[in-house]
Amino acid sequence: MHTLPQQLANGLFIGSMYGLIAIGYTMVYGIVQLINFAHGEIYMTGAFGALAVWTNLPDGTSIWLALPLMLLGGAIVSVLIAIAAERFAYRPLRGAPRLAPLITAIGLSLALQQAIFLWYPGADNAKSFPQLPGGPYHVGSISIQSGDIFLVCAAVVCMIGLAAFVRTSRTGRAMQATAQDPDTAQLMGIDTNRIIVIAFAIGGFFAAVAGLASGLKYGQVKYDIGFQAGLKAFTAAVLGGIGNIYGAMLGGLVLGIAESCASAYVSNIPGMQQLGGGSWANVWAFVLLIVVLLVRPQGLLGERVADRA
Amino acid sequence: MTALLEVEDLRVAYGKIEAVKGISFSVEEGQIVTLIGTNGAGKTTTLRTLSGLLKPVGGRVSFNGKALTRVPAHRIVALGLAHSPEGRHIFPRLTIEQNLQLGAFLRKDAAGITKDIQRAYDLFPILGERRKQAAGTLSGGEQQMLAMGRALMSQPKLLMLDEPSMGLSPIMMQKIMTTIVELKSQGTTILLVEQNAQAALSLADQAHVMEIGTIKLSGTGQDLLHDEGVRKTYLGED
Repeated sequence: MHTLPQQLANGLFIGSMYGLIAIGYTMVYGIVQLINFAHGEIYMTGAFGALAVWTNLPDGTSIWLALPLMLLGGAIVSVLIAIAAERFAYRPLRGAPRLAPLITAIGLSLALQQAIFLWYPGADNAKSFPQLPGGPYHVGSISIQSGDIFLVCAAVVCMIGLAAFVRTSRTGRAMQATAQDPDTAQLMGIDTNRIIVIAFAIGGFFAAVAGLASGLKYGQVKYDIGFQAGLKAFTAAVLGGIGNIYGAMLGGLVLGIAESCASAYVSNIPGMQQLGGGSWANVWAFVLLIVVLLVRPQGLLGERVADRA
Repeated sequence: MTALLEVEDLRVAYGKIEAVKGISFSVEEGQIVTLIGTNGAGKTTTLRTLSGLLKPVGGRVSFNGKALTRVPAHRIVALGLAHSPEGRHIFPRLTIEQNLQLGAFLRKDAAGITKDIQRAYDLFPILGERRKQAAGTLSGGEQQMLAMGRALMSQPKLLMLDEPSMGLSPIMMQKIMTTIVELKSQGTTILLVEQNAQAALSLADQAHVMEIGTIKLSGTGQDLLHDEGVRKTYLGED
Protein backbone atom coordinates (compact mmCIF):
# COMPACT_ATOMS: atom_id res chain seq x y z
CA MET A 1 0.00 0.00 0.00
CA HIS A 2 3.04 2.29 -0.11
CA THR A 3 1.74 3.68 -3.41
CA LEU A 4 -1.49 4.90 -1.83
CA PRO A 5 -0.51 8.60 -1.60
CA GLN A 6 0.37 8.57 -5.29
CA GLN A 7 -2.91 6.88 -6.21
CA LEU A 8 -4.86 9.42 -4.19
CA ALA A 9 -2.99 12.25 -5.92
CA ASN A 10 -3.64 10.75 -9.36
CA GLY A 11 -7.30 10.41 -8.47
CA LEU A 12 -7.40 14.02 -7.33
CA PHE A 13 -5.93 15.23 -10.64
CA ILE A 14 -8.23 13.28 -12.92
CA GLY A 15 -11.12 13.98 -10.55
CA SER A 16 -10.53 17.73 -10.84
CA MET A 17 -10.97 17.38 -14.58
CA TYR A 18 -14.17 15.33 -14.22
CA GLY A 19 -15.44 17.94 -11.77
CA LEU A 20 -14.77 20.87 -14.10
CA ILE A 21 -16.70 19.19 -16.90
CA ALA A 22 -19.43 17.97 -14.52
CA ILE A 23 -20.24 21.58 -13.55
CA GLY A 24 -21.59 22.11 -17.08
CA TYR A 25 -23.92 19.11 -16.86
CA THR A 26 -25.16 20.01 -13.43
CA MET A 27 -25.78 23.74 -14.04
CA VAL A 28 -27.79 23.13 -17.17
CA TYR A 29 -29.72 20.28 -15.56
CA GLY A 30 -30.40 22.35 -12.44
CA ILE A 31 -32.02 25.10 -14.49
CA VAL A 32 -33.73 23.38 -17.44
CA GLN A 33 -33.75 19.68 -16.38
CA LEU A 34 -31.90 18.80 -19.57
CA ILE A 35 -28.96 16.41 -19.81
CA ASN A 36 -26.77 18.10 -22.40
CA PHE A 37 -25.08 14.98 -23.76
CA ALA A 38 -23.14 17.16 -26.22
CA HIS A 39 -21.23 18.69 -23.30
CA GLY A 40 -18.31 16.23 -23.63
CA GLU A 41 -17.87 17.53 -27.18
CA ILE A 42 -17.88 21.10 -25.93
CA TYR A 43 -14.92 20.12 -23.75
CA MET A 44 -13.22 18.53 -26.77
CA THR A 45 -13.73 21.59 -29.00
CA GLY A 46 -12.34 23.76 -26.19
CA ALA A 47 -9.14 21.71 -26.27
CA PHE A 48 -8.92 22.12 -30.04
CA GLY A 49 -9.61 25.84 -29.77
CA ALA A 50 -6.66 26.16 -27.40
CA LEU A 51 -4.49 24.05 -29.68
CA ALA A 52 -5.40 26.19 -32.71
CA VAL A 53 -4.19 29.28 -30.87
CA TRP A 54 -0.89 27.57 -29.99
CA THR A 55 -0.37 26.40 -33.57
CA ASN A 56 -0.83 29.92 -34.89
CA LEU A 57 1.55 31.60 -32.46
CA PRO A 58 5.05 32.34 -33.76
CA ASP A 59 7.60 29.58 -33.19
CA GLY A 60 9.44 29.94 -29.92
CA THR A 61 6.59 31.68 -28.05
CA SER A 62 6.88 30.91 -24.34
CA ILE A 63 4.19 28.50 -23.15
CA TRP A 64 3.54 30.78 -20.16
CA LEU A 65 2.81 33.67 -22.49
CA ALA A 66 0.69 31.44 -24.70
CA LEU A 67 -1.35 29.93 -21.87
CA PRO A 68 -3.78 32.85 -21.31
CA LEU A 69 -4.25 33.17 -25.07
CA MET A 70 -4.92 29.44 -25.40
CA LEU A 71 -7.44 29.63 -22.58
CA LEU A 72 -9.11 32.58 -24.28
CA GLY A 73 -9.24 30.77 -27.63
CA GLY A 74 -10.61 27.56 -26.13
CA ALA A 75 -13.15 29.49 -24.07
CA ILE A 76 -14.42 31.44 -27.07
CA VAL A 77 -14.94 28.24 -29.06
CA SER A 78 -16.61 26.31 -26.21
CA VAL A 79 -18.81 29.15 -25.00
CA LEU A 80 -20.00 30.03 -28.50
CA ILE A 81 -20.83 26.41 -29.27
CA ALA A 82 -22.62 26.01 -25.93
CA ILE A 83 -24.69 29.16 -26.50
CA ALA A 84 -25.48 28.21 -30.09
CA ALA A 85 -26.54 24.72 -28.96
CA GLU A 86 -28.94 26.24 -26.44
CA ARG A 87 -30.34 28.79 -28.85
CA PHE A 88 -30.76 26.64 -31.96
CA ALA A 89 -30.94 23.03 -30.75
CA TYR A 90 -32.53 23.06 -27.28
CA ARG A 91 -34.64 26.23 -26.98
CA PRO A 92 -36.99 25.30 -29.83
CA LEU A 93 -37.64 22.01 -28.01
CA ARG A 94 -38.44 23.49 -24.62
CA GLY A 95 -41.76 22.04 -23.55
CA ALA A 96 -41.38 19.10 -25.94
CA PRO A 97 -41.32 15.55 -24.48
CA ARG A 98 -38.01 14.91 -22.76
CA LEU A 99 -36.88 12.34 -25.27
CA ALA A 100 -36.70 14.97 -28.04
CA PRO A 101 -33.95 17.18 -26.54
CA LEU A 102 -32.10 14.06 -25.40
CA ILE A 103 -31.92 12.68 -28.94
CA THR A 104 -31.00 16.16 -30.20
CA ALA A 105 -28.14 16.22 -27.71
CA ILE A 106 -26.80 12.89 -28.96
CA GLY A 107 -27.09 14.08 -32.56
CA LEU A 108 -25.32 17.32 -31.74
CA SER A 109 -22.59 15.37 -30.00
CA LEU A 110 -21.95 13.26 -33.12
CA ALA A 111 -22.10 16.32 -35.37
CA LEU A 112 -19.49 18.20 -33.33
CA GLN A 113 -17.21 15.17 -33.19
CA GLN A 114 -17.41 14.64 -36.94
CA ALA A 115 -16.97 18.36 -37.65
CA ILE A 116 -13.62 18.36 -35.84
CA PHE A 117 -12.67 15.01 -37.39
CA LEU A 118 -13.34 16.30 -40.91
CA TRP A 119 -12.22 19.88 -40.72
CA TYR A 120 -9.49 20.22 -38.14
CA PRO A 121 -6.27 19.42 -39.99
CA GLY A 122 -4.91 16.09 -38.84
CA ALA A 123 -7.48 15.58 -36.08
CA ASP A 124 -8.18 11.99 -37.11
CA ASN A 125 -5.00 11.05 -35.29
CA ALA A 126 -3.87 12.24 -31.88
CA LYS A 127 -2.55 15.80 -32.20
CA SER A 128 0.36 16.69 -30.00
CA PHE A 129 -0.35 19.41 -27.49
CA PRO A 130 2.28 21.61 -25.85
CA GLN A 131 3.26 20.66 -22.32
CA LEU A 132 4.25 22.77 -19.37
CA PRO A 133 7.97 22.77 -18.58
CA GLY A 134 9.36 21.77 -15.18
CA GLY A 135 8.64 18.79 -13.01
CA PRO A 136 8.03 16.18 -12.12
CA TYR A 137 8.01 17.54 -8.58
CA HIS A 138 8.28 15.27 -5.59
CA VAL A 139 6.34 15.69 -2.39
CA GLY A 140 7.22 12.81 -0.07
CA SER A 141 6.58 9.72 -2.15
CA ILE A 142 4.27 11.54 -4.58
CA SER A 143 5.40 12.58 -8.02
CA ILE A 144 3.50 15.49 -9.59
CA GLN A 145 3.63 16.82 -13.17
CA SER A 146 3.37 20.54 -14.00
CA GLY A 147 0.15 19.87 -15.93
CA ASP A 148 -1.41 18.34 -12.82
CA ILE A 149 -0.61 21.43 -10.79
CA PHE A 150 -2.22 23.60 -13.45
CA LEU A 151 -5.29 21.35 -13.48
CA VAL A 152 -5.83 21.41 -9.73
CA CYS A 153 -5.22 25.17 -9.46
CA ALA A 154 -7.62 25.84 -12.34
CA ALA A 155 -10.30 23.68 -10.71
CA VAL A 156 -9.91 25.42 -7.35
CA VAL A 157 -10.00 28.93 -8.84
CA CYS A 158 -13.01 28.12 -11.05
CA MET A 159 -14.93 26.52 -8.20
CA ILE A 160 -14.33 29.40 -5.76
CA GLY A 161 -15.22 31.90 -8.47
CA LEU A 162 -18.43 30.10 -9.34
CA ALA A 163 -19.50 29.71 -5.71
CA ALA A 164 -18.91 33.43 -5.08
CA PHE A 165 -20.79 34.34 -8.25
CA VAL A 166 -23.83 32.22 -7.43
CA ARG A 167 -23.98 33.31 -3.80
CA THR A 168 -23.32 37.01 -4.03
CA SER A 169 -24.15 38.38 -7.46
CA ARG A 170 -27.59 39.52 -8.57
CA THR A 171 -27.40 37.18 -11.57
CA GLY A 172 -26.38 34.33 -9.26
CA ARG A 173 -29.45 34.93 -7.12
CA ALA A 174 -31.57 34.98 -10.26
CA MET A 175 -30.05 31.61 -11.24
CA GLN A 176 -30.98 30.09 -7.91
CA ALA A 177 -34.52 31.41 -8.25
CA THR A 178 -34.83 30.11 -11.82
CA ALA A 179 -33.56 26.67 -10.78
CA GLN A 180 -36.07 26.47 -7.93
CA ASP A 181 -39.15 27.80 -9.74
CA PRO A 182 -38.81 29.16 -13.29
CA ASP A 183 -42.37 30.51 -13.67
CA THR A 184 -42.25 32.40 -10.40
CA ALA A 185 -38.78 33.70 -11.26
CA GLN A 186 -40.37 35.38 -14.30
CA LEU A 187 -42.98 36.95 -12.04
CA MET A 188 -40.09 38.57 -10.15
CA GLY A 189 -38.92 40.16 -13.42
CA ILE A 190 -36.14 37.67 -14.12
CA ASP A 191 -35.49 37.02 -17.82
CA THR A 192 -35.17 33.25 -17.51
CA ASN A 193 -34.02 32.82 -21.12
CA ARG A 194 -31.02 34.99 -20.32
CA ILE A 195 -30.31 32.93 -17.18
CA ILE A 196 -30.39 29.71 -19.20
CA VAL A 197 -27.92 31.15 -21.72
CA ILE A 198 -25.61 32.16 -18.85
CA ALA A 199 -25.76 28.64 -17.40
CA PHE A 200 -24.74 27.15 -20.77
CA ALA A 201 -21.97 29.75 -21.13
CA ILE A 202 -20.50 29.05 -17.69
CA GLY A 203 -20.60 25.31 -18.40
CA GLY A 204 -18.87 25.95 -21.73
CA PHE A 205 -16.16 28.03 -20.09
CA PHE A 206 -15.46 25.35 -17.47
CA ALA A 207 -15.32 22.72 -20.21
CA ALA A 208 -12.76 24.84 -22.09
CA VAL A 209 -10.61 25.10 -18.95
CA ALA A 210 -10.80 21.32 -18.61
CA GLY A 211 -9.97 20.87 -22.30
CA LEU A 212 -6.87 23.03 -22.04
CA ALA A 213 -5.81 21.34 -18.81
CA SER A 214 -6.24 17.85 -20.21
CA GLY A 215 -4.20 18.75 -23.31
CA LEU A 216 -1.40 20.02 -21.09
CA LYS A 217 -1.62 16.95 -18.85
CA TYR A 218 -1.64 14.27 -21.53
CA GLY A 219 0.31 16.14 -24.21
CA GLN A 220 -2.19 15.23 -26.91
CA VAL A 221 -5.79 15.69 -28.03
CA LYS A 222 -8.01 13.74 -30.40
CA TYR A 223 -11.45 14.31 -31.92
CA ASP A 224 -13.02 11.56 -29.81
CA ILE A 225 -11.79 12.53 -26.32
CA GLY A 226 -15.12 14.15 -25.51
CA PHE A 227 -17.12 10.95 -25.40
CA GLN A 228 -15.47 9.20 -22.51
CA ALA A 229 -14.65 12.37 -20.58
CA GLY A 230 -18.25 13.49 -20.99
CA LEU A 231 -19.60 10.17 -19.81
CA LYS A 232 -17.34 10.21 -16.75
CA ALA A 233 -18.21 13.81 -15.95
CA PHE A 234 -21.91 13.06 -16.29
CA THR A 235 -21.38 10.15 -13.90
CA ALA A 236 -19.62 12.53 -11.52
CA ALA A 237 -22.52 15.00 -11.69
CA VAL A 238 -25.06 12.26 -10.89
CA LEU A 239 -22.82 10.82 -8.17
CA GLY A 240 -22.56 14.21 -6.48
CA GLY A 241 -26.27 14.99 -6.86
CA ILE A 242 -27.23 16.49 -10.20
CA GLY A 243 -28.21 20.15 -10.00
CA ASN A 244 -25.75 20.87 -7.19
CA ILE A 245 -22.50 22.59 -8.23
CA TYR A 246 -20.57 21.49 -5.13
CA GLY A 247 -21.87 17.98 -5.71
CA ALA A 248 -20.44 18.02 -9.24
CA MET A 249 -16.95 18.84 -7.98
CA LEU A 250 -17.19 16.38 -5.09
CA GLY A 251 -18.55 13.69 -7.41
CA GLY A 252 -15.63 14.29 -9.78
CA LEU A 253 -13.07 13.92 -7.01
CA VAL A 254 -14.71 10.82 -5.50
CA LEU A 255 -14.95 9.23 -8.94
CA GLY A 256 -11.34 10.05 -9.82
CA ILE A 257 -9.97 8.71 -6.56
CA ALA A 258 -12.13 5.58 -6.67
CA GLU A 259 -11.02 4.85 -10.21
CA SER A 260 -7.39 5.38 -9.50
CA CYS A 261 -7.37 3.28 -6.32
CA ALA A 262 -9.50 0.51 -7.83
CA SER A 263 -7.25 0.05 -10.83
CA ALA A 264 -4.23 -0.12 -8.50
CA TYR A 265 -5.52 -2.32 -5.70
CA VAL A 266 -8.43 -4.50 -6.81
CA SER A 267 -6.00 -7.03 -8.30
CA ASN A 268 -4.46 -7.50 -4.85
CA ILE A 269 -7.71 -8.96 -3.56
CA PRO A 270 -7.48 -12.77 -3.66
CA GLY A 271 -9.55 -14.14 -6.50
CA MET A 272 -9.81 -10.78 -8.30
CA GLN A 273 -6.38 -10.71 -9.92
CA GLN A 274 -8.00 -10.42 -13.32
CA LEU A 275 -9.99 -7.31 -12.46
CA GLY A 276 -7.24 -4.79 -11.71
CA GLY A 277 -5.30 -2.42 -13.91
CA GLY A 278 -6.21 0.67 -15.87
CA SER A 279 -8.46 -1.09 -18.35
CA TRP A 280 -10.89 -1.88 -15.53
CA ALA A 281 -11.02 1.71 -14.25
CA ASN A 282 -14.26 2.45 -16.12
CA VAL A 283 -15.92 -0.63 -14.73
CA TRP A 284 -15.16 0.41 -11.16
CA ALA A 285 -16.32 3.95 -11.85
CA PHE A 286 -19.75 2.71 -12.87
CA VAL A 287 -19.90 0.13 -10.09
CA LEU A 288 -19.40 3.02 -7.69
CA LEU A 289 -22.17 4.99 -9.40
CA ILE A 290 -24.59 2.06 -9.13
CA VAL A 291 -23.79 1.48 -5.47
CA VAL A 292 -24.21 5.15 -4.54
CA LEU A 293 -27.48 5.41 -6.43
CA LEU A 294 -28.82 2.30 -4.70
CA VAL A 295 -28.07 3.74 -1.27
CA ARG A 296 -28.65 7.42 -2.02
CA PRO A 297 -30.64 7.93 -5.22
CA GLN A 298 -30.36 11.72 -5.01
CA GLY A 299 -26.54 11.53 -5.07
CA LEU A 300 -24.07 12.60 -2.41
CA LEU A 301 -25.17 16.23 -2.04
CA GLY A 302 -28.47 16.10 -3.94
CA GLU A 303 -31.76 17.19 -2.47
CA ARG A 304 -34.70 14.88 -2.50
CA VAL A 305 -37.06 15.56 -5.35
CA ALA A 306 -39.84 16.22 -2.85
CA ASP A 307 -38.07 19.46 -1.90
CA ARG A 308 -38.94 20.89 -5.26
CA ALA A 309 -42.65 20.68 -4.74
CA MET B 1 -61.56 57.98 -16.44
CA THR B 2 -60.30 54.66 -17.76
CA ALA B 3 -59.76 51.72 -15.47
CA LEU B 4 -56.33 50.59 -14.25
CA LEU B 5 -56.88 47.14 -15.75
CA GLU B 6 -59.15 46.54 -18.69
CA VAL B 7 -59.81 42.99 -19.90
CA GLU B 8 -61.83 42.59 -23.09
CA ASP B 9 -63.06 39.33 -24.59
CA LEU B 10 -60.04 37.42 -23.25
CA ARG B 11 -59.69 33.87 -24.52
CA VAL B 12 -57.05 31.37 -23.34
CA ALA B 13 -56.61 27.78 -24.46
CA TYR B 14 -54.50 24.78 -23.46
CA GLY B 15 -54.03 23.10 -26.81
CA LYS B 16 -57.52 22.80 -28.25
CA ILE B 17 -59.31 23.15 -24.95
CA GLU B 18 -60.46 26.67 -24.20
CA ALA B 19 -60.15 27.37 -20.49
CA VAL B 20 -61.20 31.02 -20.67
CA LYS B 21 -63.88 31.69 -23.26
CA GLY B 22 -64.07 35.43 -23.83
CA ILE B 23 -64.32 37.25 -20.53
CA SER B 24 -64.42 41.01 -19.98
CA PHE B 25 -64.02 42.95 -16.76
CA SER B 26 -62.14 45.92 -15.41
CA VAL B 27 -60.44 46.98 -12.21
CA GLU B 28 -60.58 50.63 -11.12
CA GLU B 29 -57.75 52.16 -9.17
CA GLY B 30 -58.13 51.70 -5.41
CA GLN B 31 -60.65 48.87 -5.67
CA ILE B 32 -60.68 45.29 -4.51
CA VAL B 33 -62.08 43.18 -7.33
CA THR B 34 -62.65 39.48 -6.86
CA LEU B 35 -63.15 36.53 -9.19
CA ILE B 36 -64.93 33.65 -7.50
CA GLY B 37 -65.99 30.28 -8.78
CA THR B 38 -65.35 26.57 -8.47
CA ASN B 39 -62.22 24.65 -9.43
CA GLY B 40 -61.63 24.73 -13.18
CA ALA B 41 -63.69 27.87 -13.73
CA GLY B 42 -60.65 29.59 -15.31
CA LYS B 43 -59.74 32.00 -12.50
CA THR B 44 -56.09 30.97 -12.17
CA THR B 45 -55.75 30.76 -15.95
CA THR B 46 -56.97 34.35 -16.15
CA LEU B 47 -54.39 35.60 -13.65
CA ARG B 48 -51.55 33.65 -15.26
CA THR B 49 -52.48 35.21 -18.59
CA LEU B 50 -52.55 38.72 -17.14
CA SER B 51 -49.04 38.26 -15.74
CA GLY B 52 -47.77 36.88 -19.05
CA LEU B 53 -47.10 33.26 -18.05
CA LEU B 54 -49.76 32.15 -20.53
CA LYS B 55 -50.40 33.69 -23.94
CA PRO B 56 -54.04 34.34 -24.85
CA VAL B 57 -55.49 33.14 -28.14
CA GLY B 58 -57.66 36.22 -28.37
CA GLY B 59 -58.85 39.39 -26.71
CA ARG B 60 -57.24 42.52 -25.30
CA VAL B 61 -55.72 43.41 -21.97
CA SER B 62 -54.66 46.92 -21.18
CA PHE B 63 -52.95 47.87 -17.96
CA ASN B 64 -52.37 51.50 -17.08
CA GLY B 65 -53.05 52.35 -20.73
CA LYS B 66 -50.57 49.83 -22.14
CA ALA B 67 -51.46 46.69 -24.13
CA LEU B 68 -50.20 43.63 -22.20
CA THR B 69 -50.83 40.57 -24.32
CA ARG B 70 -47.54 40.67 -26.21
CA VAL B 71 -45.31 41.68 -23.29
CA PRO B 72 -43.12 38.81 -21.97
CA ALA B 73 -43.79 37.75 -18.38
CA HIS B 74 -40.53 39.11 -16.97
CA ARG B 75 -41.32 42.62 -18.26
CA ILE B 76 -44.81 42.82 -16.80
CA VAL B 77 -43.84 43.25 -13.16
CA ALA B 78 -41.86 46.35 -14.16
CA LEU B 79 -45.12 47.92 -15.37
CA GLY B 80 -46.59 47.68 -11.86
CA LEU B 81 -48.48 44.39 -11.99
CA ALA B 82 -47.47 41.87 -9.30
CA HIS B 83 -48.78 38.32 -9.04
CA SER B 84 -48.79 36.14 -5.94
CA PRO B 85 -49.41 32.75 -7.54
CA GLU B 86 -51.70 29.94 -6.46
CA GLY B 87 -49.90 27.52 -4.15
CA ARG B 88 -47.63 30.33 -2.93
CA HIS B 89 -44.53 29.30 -4.92
CA ILE B 90 -42.00 30.81 -2.57
CA PHE B 91 -38.36 29.87 -3.34
CA PRO B 92 -37.97 27.06 -0.79
CA ARG B 93 -34.18 26.90 -0.53
CA LEU B 94 -33.65 30.64 -0.25
CA THR B 95 -34.13 32.49 3.02
CA ILE B 96 -37.16 34.61 3.77
CA GLU B 97 -35.11 37.75 3.34
CA GLN B 98 -33.71 36.55 0.00
CA ASN B 99 -37.26 35.80 -1.17
CA LEU B 100 -38.29 39.34 -0.32
CA GLN B 101 -35.22 40.74 -2.08
CA LEU B 102 -36.18 38.79 -5.20
CA GLY B 103 -39.56 40.50 -5.12
CA ALA B 104 -37.61 43.73 -5.61
CA PHE B 105 -35.37 42.21 -8.31
CA LEU B 106 -35.86 45.07 -10.78
CA ARG B 107 -35.56 47.89 -8.26
CA LYS B 108 -32.28 49.77 -7.93
CA ASP B 109 -32.98 51.81 -4.79
CA ALA B 110 -31.18 49.81 -2.09
CA ALA B 111 -32.41 52.08 0.71
CA GLY B 112 -36.02 51.84 -0.46
CA ILE B 113 -35.74 48.04 -0.67
CA THR B 114 -34.44 47.82 2.89
CA LYS B 115 -37.30 50.03 4.02
CA ASP B 116 -39.89 47.90 2.24
CA ILE B 117 -38.46 44.68 3.66
CA GLN B 118 -38.90 46.25 7.08
CA ARG B 119 -42.45 47.15 6.10
CA ALA B 120 -43.13 43.52 5.21
CA TYR B 121 -41.77 42.48 8.62
CA ASP B 122 -44.03 45.04 10.30
CA LEU B 123 -46.98 43.66 8.38
CA PHE B 124 -46.04 40.04 9.17
CA PRO B 125 -43.81 39.99 12.28
CA ILE B 126 -43.26 36.21 12.05
CA LEU B 127 -41.33 36.75 8.81
CA GLY B 128 -38.97 39.17 10.55
CA GLU B 129 -38.31 36.70 13.34
CA ARG B 130 -37.34 34.02 10.81
CA ARG B 131 -35.65 36.16 8.19
CA LYS B 132 -32.54 33.94 7.94
CA GLN B 133 -34.53 30.71 7.73
CA ALA B 134 -35.06 28.77 4.48
CA ALA B 135 -38.52 29.66 3.21
CA GLY B 136 -39.36 25.99 2.64
CA THR B 137 -39.39 25.44 6.41
CA LEU B 138 -42.30 27.86 6.96
CA SER B 139 -45.86 26.67 7.59
CA GLY B 140 -48.47 27.12 4.84
CA GLY B 141 -49.86 30.30 6.34
CA GLU B 142 -46.42 31.78 6.83
CA GLN B 143 -45.52 30.94 3.25
CA GLN B 144 -48.66 32.75 2.13
CA MET B 145 -47.58 35.83 4.08
CA LEU B 146 -44.17 35.60 2.44
CA ALA B 147 -45.70 35.28 -1.03
CA MET B 148 -47.81 38.39 -0.40
CA GLY B 149 -44.90 40.29 1.10
CA ARG B 150 -42.72 39.32 -1.85
CA ALA B 151 -45.32 40.49 -4.38
CA LEU B 152 -45.55 43.84 -2.56
CA MET B 153 -41.78 44.33 -2.81
CA SER B 154 -42.13 45.44 -6.44
CA GLN B 155 -44.32 48.37 -5.28
CA PRO B 156 -47.17 47.27 -7.57
CA LYS B 157 -50.03 49.44 -8.74
CA LEU B 158 -52.09 46.26 -8.95
CA LEU B 159 -51.58 43.21 -6.76
CA MET B 160 -53.05 39.93 -8.00
CA LEU B 161 -53.60 37.34 -5.27
CA ASP B 162 -54.47 33.78 -6.27
CA GLU B 163 -56.15 31.76 -3.53
CA PRO B 164 -54.40 33.43 -0.60
CA SER B 165 -56.56 31.51 1.88
CA MET B 166 -55.99 28.05 0.41
CA GLY B 167 -55.21 25.46 3.06
CA LEU B 168 -55.03 27.98 5.89
CA SER B 169 -56.49 27.73 9.38
CA PRO B 170 -59.46 30.06 10.05
CA ILE B 171 -57.28 32.32 12.21
CA MET B 172 -54.59 32.56 9.56
CA MET B 173 -57.23 33.21 6.93
CA GLN B 174 -58.70 36.04 8.99
CA LYS B 175 -55.22 37.54 9.25
CA ILE B 176 -54.72 37.40 5.48
CA MET B 177 -58.12 38.96 4.80
CA THR B 178 -57.48 41.77 7.28
CA THR B 179 -54.18 42.41 5.55
CA ILE B 180 -55.88 42.69 2.16
CA VAL B 181 -58.20 45.40 3.51
CA GLU B 182 -55.20 47.13 5.11
CA LEU B 183 -53.34 47.10 1.78
CA LYS B 184 -56.34 48.64 0.07
CA SER B 185 -56.48 51.44 2.62
CA GLN B 186 -52.80 52.12 1.87
CA GLY B 187 -53.73 52.62 -1.80
CA THR B 188 -52.93 49.24 -3.39
CA THR B 189 -55.43 48.02 -5.96
CA ILE B 190 -56.17 44.31 -5.62
CA LEU B 191 -57.46 41.58 -7.92
CA LEU B 192 -58.37 38.66 -5.69
CA VAL B 193 -59.10 35.11 -6.80
CA GLU B 194 -60.74 33.00 -4.12
CA GLN B 195 -62.63 29.79 -3.56
CA ASN B 196 -63.75 31.09 -0.20
CA ALA B 197 -66.57 33.14 -1.69
CA GLN B 198 -67.95 34.39 1.61
CA ALA B 199 -64.66 35.98 2.65
CA ALA B 200 -63.89 37.37 -0.80
CA LEU B 201 -67.33 38.91 -1.41
CA SER B 202 -67.50 40.57 1.97
CA LEU B 203 -64.46 42.71 1.23
CA ALA B 204 -64.78 43.22 -2.54
CA ASP B 205 -65.95 46.38 -4.25
CA GLN B 206 -66.65 44.51 -7.47
CA ALA B 207 -67.12 40.77 -7.90
CA HIS B 208 -67.44 38.40 -10.84
CA VAL B 209 -68.63 34.81 -10.70
CA MET B 210 -66.79 32.55 -13.14
CA GLU B 211 -68.14 29.25 -14.41
CA ILE B 212 -66.35 27.01 -16.94
CA GLY B 213 -64.46 29.84 -18.61
CA THR B 214 -67.10 32.54 -18.65
CA ILE B 215 -68.32 35.27 -16.32
CA LYS B 216 -71.83 34.29 -15.26
CA LEU B 217 -72.66 37.14 -12.94
CA SER B 218 -71.17 40.48 -11.91
CA GLY B 219 -72.00 43.02 -9.24
CA THR B 220 -70.75 44.65 -6.09
CA GLY B 221 -69.49 42.32 -3.39
CA GLN B 222 -72.53 43.06 -1.24
CA ASP B 223 -74.97 42.46 -4.11
CA LEU B 224 -73.55 39.02 -4.82
CA LEU B 225 -73.27 38.18 -1.15
CA HIS B 226 -77.05 38.58 -0.97
CA ASP B 227 -77.83 37.04 -4.35
CA GLU B 228 -79.90 33.91 -3.92
CA GLY B 229 -78.20 31.93 -6.70
CA VAL B 230 -74.75 32.77 -5.41
CA ARG B 231 -75.76 31.85 -1.87
CA LYS B 232 -76.99 28.45 -3.06
CA THR B 233 -74.10 27.58 -5.31
CA TYR B 234 -71.08 29.13 -3.62
CA LEU B 235 -71.97 29.78 -0.01
CA GLY B 236 -73.34 26.33 0.66
CA GLU B 237 -76.90 27.36 1.63
CA ASP B 238 -80.07 25.59 0.56
